Amino acid sequence: MSLPDITLISFGYFEKELLEKSAEAVKREYRSLLAIKEGHIDLSDYYDPGRRQYNGNALLKHVDAIPVAENNKTLGLFNVDLFIPILTYIFGQAFLGGRTGIASLYRLNNECYGLKADNKLLLDRFRKEMIHELGHTFGLIHCKVPTCVMRSGTYVEDIDQKDHRLCPACRRELGV
Amino acid sequence: MAKKISILIVDDEESVRDSLFNWFTEDGYRVESAENAKKALTMLESESFDIILADIKMPGMDGLEMLRRIKSLKPDSIVIVMTAFATVDTAVKALKDGAFDYVTKPFDPDDLTHLIRNATKQVSLTEENETLKKKIISLENIEDLIGNSEAMKEVLREVESVAQTNSSVIITGESGTGKELIARAIHANSPRKFFPFVNVHCGALTESLLESELFGHEKGAFTGAMYNRKGRFEMADNGSIFLDEIATISAKMQVELLRVLETKSFIRVGGNKEINSDFRVICATNRDLKSMVEKGTFREDLFYRLNVMNIKLPPLRERLEDIPLLVDYFISKYCTSMNRQLVAIESSALKRLQEFNFPGNIRELENMIERAIVVGNGKKITVRDLPLEKAVVTTSAESLDEFEKVFILQILTKYNWNISRTASALKVDRVTLYNKIKKYDLKPAT
Repeated sequence: MSLPDITLISFGYFEKELLEKSAEAVKREYRSLLAIKEGHIDLSDYYDPGRRQYNGNALLKHVDAIPVAENNKTLGLFNVDLFIPILTYIFGQAFLGGRTGIASLYRLNNECYGLKADNKLLLDRFRKEMIHELGHTFGLIHCKVPTCVMRSGTYVEDIDQKDHRLCPACRRELGV
Repeated sequence: MAKKISILIVDDEESVRDSLFNWFTEDGYRVESAENAKKALTMLESESFDIILADIKMPGMDGLEMLRRIKSLKPDSIVIVMTAFATVDTAVKALKDGAFDYVTKPFDPDDLTHLIRNATKQVSLTEENETLKKKIISLENIEDLIGNSEAMKEVLREVESVAQTNSSVIITGESGTGKELIARAIHANSPRKFFPFVNVHCGALTESLLESELFGHEKGAFTGAMYNRKGRFEMADNGSIFLDEIATISAKMQVELLRVLETKSFIRVGGNKEINSDFRVICATNRDLKSMVEKGTFREDLFYRLNVMNIKLPPLRERLEDIPLLVDYFISKYCTSMNRQLVAIESSALKRLQEFNFPGNIRELENMIERAIVVGNGKKITVRDLPLEKAVVTTSAESLDEFEKVFILQILTKYNWNISRTASALKVDRVTLYNKIKKYDLKPAT
């Protein structure tokens, strides 16, 4: 079974190589047609000065309102610190079984934790986060298999622990 | 498949509801939300949720008031309260009112995951606990009390009505008739069922040991009392205490027991502090307590204190129609425990069992079946596997005369008071039998 096409919309600056390699991993995992677009947005509208972070719920709604072809899945990519009102931060979020998700590079970067930059690790984390959020748009919930990319991760170390692939059960669920 | 845990989110802020809704649905929970306490309470009337996550500060009814209302309706509900304005006072208030936990918004994602994981664990434990309780009750009710005879049905009816009261009960019946099982069934069907059932075998303990066993002792009360120890009455608080072989306790213990039953308080051996305990007494004996009272060996006041309700268990020979059911039950019990295939019983063997008078009652039948399964061919129990010829009459008679009286009565009962058949079985002539009946004033059971 082939899954709907995927559109990645980048908001802000991303290294070309990072974006393309991550997109390649997404394409391989879901075996879908994939397009990368550039999005333009005034992020200050989504900035919360009290928290010095960007509102993930509002950004998700913004991306969801961008017109795309019917049945397409859209993933908005950001490089800012995201939050939702109830949580101190998020790596990304998506409408479960919906058509939109968002993911941010910000907290995946080693430098965010006072460590030396590691581009390889950053790429690995970013592709996992993208595949994870798109998995939710395809209707997948968090998986209990420790290595599955759909396993819930609340710390960046949790992301490092899992694989960038779906486990066989999740793959079966999607019919891929 | 494991049951899907359900979560109800109650918060007046739409963004909070949406965030939590997304977060939990991604985790695979069933999630619903309400924008105020009133709506949440209406939803809870028609639907139950495993976990309720509620904001404290809401217009109209606040989260704390809602928590109190939920707890009064469903005390087992797991409610987690959230607030953006954390104060120790509100946290303490919420926890005192029965909240499972208290969190301050916004949470760290990991904290939220742990919070819900702990609550989910609590939900599973509560459900497991309920299942086990039901299982225990059904075990007490169904497995242990077997019988379809009128005599047994009457006993079960009595158990049911006695169980609901708080009165003392005396269970009488010959040895091996299942007095302890009846005591357990009374406890298991009573409002005290979730509290301890404490068993004391009075006949097995000396007077001083029984005293320390029942009332407990303080450290140093006697040689070897190295620690403070709770007595059985103390352990039975809110539950039931079963005093087996009550007729064997000494005159001194009878006085002590009477005092405890009247005041529901006692002092540990070697102690000086009065301890109160709320227990129900169930006693059992195979002796005739009334005649012991007449002879002066059992205190009359204690007898009347204990004998508020009386359940008389019929001997097995008076409920012969229950033998096939009991045989089936014991075959299944022992074949399962010995890991063997279920065996059948030959109809001739079953008939012989129904003709036997079972002086040792159900305990004797149980032992016979266990033995037959061990020595048998593994397919069918035959007459040869049953030690019917070797059966020995057991009574609690303490004199030769008393033994003779009980024995003759048993044989008379076995042959339905047919004098010729009884005399022939006893190998005496009919006149001798008549003389014995007259001597011991034997009468058929009414």
